[in-house]
Amino acid sequence: MSTDLQTPAPAATQSQNDDILLSVKDLHVWFELKKWGFSHVGWVRAVDNVNFDLKRSEAIAIVGESGCGKSSLMKTLLLLNRPREGQVIFEGKDISRLKGKELKWYRSQVGYVQQDPYGALPPFMPVHRILDEPLVINGVKDKRERQRRIRTALEEVALTPVEDVLNKYPHMLSGGQQQRVVIARAMILEPKLLVADEPVSMLDASVRVEILRLLRKLQEEHNLSVMYITHDLSTVRFFSERIFVMYAGKLVEQTHIEGLLDNPLHPYTVALLTGTSEPDAANARKLKEVPPGEPPSLVNPPAGCRFHPRCAHAIAGVCDVDEPPDFEPVPGHVVKCWLYKEGRTSYPEA
Amino acid sequence: MNLNRFREISRYPSAIVGLVIILILVGISIYTVIALPYSETVVKWRGGDRIWQDNPRTVPPAWVNYFRSEKLPESIILSSSDEGVEKERTPLNDELTDIVITFEFDYTADEFPQEIILSFTSTYEQKSPYISLTWKTPDGREINVGDFSIDRTASRRLSQDDKLTKKLDGQTAEIGLFADPNSEELKPLKGTYQLEVAGLTFEPESDFDVKMVIYGKVYGLAGTDHLRRDLLLGLMWGTPVALAFGLIAAVATSVLTMIIAATGSWFGGWVDGLIQRITEINLMLPVLPILIMVGVFYSRSLWLILGVIILLSIFGASIKSYRAIFMQERESGYIQAAQSYGAGNFRIVFLYLIPRIIPILIPSLVVLIPSFVFLEASLAVLGLGDPLLPTWGKIIDDARTNGALLRGLYYWVLEPSVLLMLTGFSFAMLGFALDRIFNPRLRGM
Repeated sequence: MSTDLQTPAPAATQSQNDDILLSVKDLHVWFELKKWGFSHVGWVRAVDNVNFDLKRSEAIAIVGESGCGKSSLMKTLLLLNRPREGQVIFEGKDISRLKGKELKWYRSQVGYVQQDPYGALPPFMPVHRILDEPLVINGVKDKRERQRRIRTALEEVALTPVEDVLNKYPHMLSGGQQQRVVIARAMILEPKLLVADEPVSMLDASVRVEILRLLRKLQEEHNLSVMYITHDLSTVRFFSERIFVMYAGKLVEQTHIEGLLDNPLHPYTVALLTGTSEPDAANARKLKEVPPGEPPSLVNPPAGCRFHPRCAHAIAGVCDVDEPPDFEPVPGHVVKCWLYKEGRTSYPEA
Repeated sequence: MNLNRFREISRYPSAIVGLVIILILVGISIYTVIALPYSETVVKWRGGDRIWQDNPRTVPPAWVNYFRSEKLPESIILSSSDEGVEKERTPLNDELTDIVITFEFDYTADEFPQEIILSFTSTYEQKSPYISLTWKTPDGREINVGDFSIDRTASRRLSQDDKLTKKLDGQTAEIGLFADPNSEELKPLKGTYQLEVAGLTFEPESDFDVKMVIYGKVYGLAGTDHLRRDLLLGLMWGTPVALAFGLIAAVATSVLTMIIAATGSWFGGWVDGLIQRITEINLMLPVLPILIMVGVFYSRSLWLILGVIILLSIFGASIKSYRAIFMQERESGYIQAAQSYGAGNFRIVFLYLIPRIIPILIPSLVVLIPSFVFLEASLAVLGLGDPLLPTWGKIIDDARTNGALLRGLYYWVLEPSVLLMLTGFSFAMLGFALDRIFNPRLRGM
């Protein structure tokens, strides 16, 4: 980290970026690999040089396959991981330098909705206690005030009548109800940012839409910023305005949702979209084209573009040598791919 | 924790039996501690013959007579200073006084007593009183047991009086005085006996008292040991000692082990490494030899031994199994959620990690209690019992060193053993049921 990046931005810049809630700059999350518990072997580059801004009351989706680093990115935002390099700036403050009260304040500003609702709830606590915990930890001393907020939170996620739920243990609730409790817990401290890690992937298809609608409703009512992390492109459209595609620790494409679906630019995005199933009987007989090979090792990522070993359009001598910078072939549509160096604005047909 | 789970116990009859036994043991403990104060007990138990001199030596409890056709005698203790014993004083002149004491008692047992001891106390300036003893049997025979002068305090063991033995055709007093002359077998004559103590004092102020103890062959609820001590005292005090020892050791080791395991697996890194290494070293240490060394070289105090046992058990094998559970739990979603809303390390360890294994902990804790009770008993049998307190193990040790089993004194070994087994049995019954209640998945197995 260079020193001038650590100094808080001058007031002028701050007012200029007033609608930016969270700004991720040059973020690297690397995990050290050790042999025998001490000798250094290498680094797992889970998140490598990621930059983006998140505006207030904006929802962004991060898509990518398993192991692409999206969960590491999310955990860094939740301060469950420490970044190796780079900054996450939340309302003008670098979160990795927060301590004491400010750290507590930051944690209360970020809600966390997890993938597996059953695992996310302590099985030995009844619902009222689960919701009480964040309040107690964040210093809401008045018991009546806490009870009022628990009720409000439960009503907001439509777990009514509240009395029926309060004394139940997580295993007594259905998957959908459990996820509502998780959302209520994430919302109970009235956060400004909600990090949702595949919030519907473990739920029945019938419940998914309701949960997504609920998240959408909460986002609108509370002017929440939402980071929605998923590997399932079919749910993205539901409430995200912007979508980031992540591959091997890098954001390879950033754009608005329509831009992505109508005009995918990165070869990996195209492959992802092809892989998405539509419920159509004809699909049963169709074999989809999938990029060959496996996602690369994050310990020894390929030189140049990390996708080049699997890419049908790889340009020898370029893609496997130099890492592609951000190109913006269409305004508001950023892509890391050498194909767009020459001003191409759409994906080349095969 | 859901308290309703404890109510499920009523569905397991074995657990109820266990619980009832435990409650009885706890009741005995409470009664013992209140009714027989610690300081008194310690003095009494060490007291030696002085305190226990009226008890017969190594005799079984009185209730064995219910199971025998030939009844064993109970002790008969009569004293001239008591009410109901005749003591006639007849002054003969200024100096001489004639005193006649008559002890009268019924003898109904089918066996002879253990021993007869007379003890005298007298007051005089110069000349000691002179007495003559006459034994009157139910069939009217009168036997002169002896004539002698008595010191200020004196006692006479009739069974060891050679002259008397000669007079009784070679039979010692406890047999010869009671034997039925008309019977071919050697057996006591039942009926009312009298011992007349006729004495002469030679000073106006002189007086004497006599106590007669005919030692029986049964005593009390629990019998006596080689030092004539009432075993009931030892057995009763053994209960609170055993329960307290087992409970403290089990709770302390389980709880501390759990906290150490949780702390280690939560913080990881060198903390975890250190705990694991200590555990591995500790698992290789021989517990019993260490305890013996502590007992021999340092102190045999029960509470010190308890402390050493706890210290050696904290880093026990269960740290490994608890750690395995915790390592899994620390990655779980709810822990990450707790971190994300700002729960501190202390809160996570105590309110999020530890409650997860309490369902496993409670039954194992209950089953652990008797194992520590047994450990204490084993130490006592090895001669490392607490020097002051009576414990079940020490009673077994006394029985062993005095050859109780070889001499057929089974009650001496069986009484503490049965109590030990009952304790183990009751906690095991309760523990197994609790295990099924808290870990329902085991039910089908």
